[in-house]
Amino acid sequence: MHPILNLMVQYSRVRLDASFAALSDATRRGVLEQLGRSDASITDLAEKFHMTLTGMKKHVGVLEQSGLVTTEKLGRVRTCKLGPRRLEEETAWLERYRQLWDARFDELDKVVEELKRKEKVDGRKKRE
Amino acid sequence: MDAKRESEAAPMKNRTTVERTSERELVVTRTINGPARIVFEAWTKPELFKQWWVPKSMGMFLRSCEMDVRVGGRYRLVFGEDPSNTNEFFGRYVEVTPHSRLVWTNEEGGDGGPVSTVTFEEKGGKTLLVMHELYPSKEALDAAGTGAAEMMRESFEQLDELLVALGASVGRP
Repeated sequence: MHPILNLMVQYSRVRLDASFAALSDATRRGVLEQLGRSDASITDLAEKFHMTLTGMKKHVGVLEQSGLVTTEKLGRVRTCKLGPRRLEEETAWLERYRQLWDARFDELDKVVEELKRKEKVDGRKKRE
Repeated sequence: MDAKRESEAAPMKNRTTVERTSERELVVTRTINGPARIVFEAWTKPELFKQWWVPKSMGMFLRSCEMDVRVGGRYRLVFGEDPSNTNEFFGRYVEVTPHSRLVWTNEEGGDGGPVSTVTFEEKGGKTLLVMHELYPSKEALDAAGTGAAEMMRESFEQLDELLVALGASVGRP
């Protein structure tokens, strides 16, 4: 099996579980229906569903992790839209593959931040 | 100055791109906010590598991770919570140039697996990662893509069934 497939098999399985979990909540199903009509910012969604921004961020986070929703930050506004579900699009799997790498690199960012922080502390100790 | 400090505290998320640059090749790029020396370290030390290669958000379970990062050295990653149902990735390192370049094979599919190359380009304290996956033929990459699309279709179908069961009409205007 090729690495793309190997990885995507596991990823699809995990994503599917996450989707089921995401859909178990009525607000999140409502958000999906809303986004099916048009893209919206988190602020818009919070207002529409009479929720705090923090509460809506959490719901959107769950939907995003499941791949049902993608978000993009432009300036100060984070816009939410439905994730790539259109199978007619030949490139949908490439987008999924990109998401996988994106998740990986987000974690790599954290590891690198931590190593940089350690180096700074060690450097300071050496100078002292 | 304050603005600078703030941007250091919460760096902007960089974009990941994936592009099929030729019939046989996929290229993934991403800038990481750190010097190449550190990014290379995170890519070549198993205890660091496994912290990011398997993102928590993906919910995957990495059983073991062996990496002998030197030319001709082998690596083996085993995934899966259930010991009777595991997935393995393995191959060997073809090129190891500290802080700038790594090349490895992907042999879990037998012969004809792609060769992966990652380059680390440092600029202004940041590192641009460029990862190439070179397939032996157009057919091999097409097959990987078709397989991936097929798999997505299956999961979407299951999802659709669930949505119908829930009585929702998500994404169906």
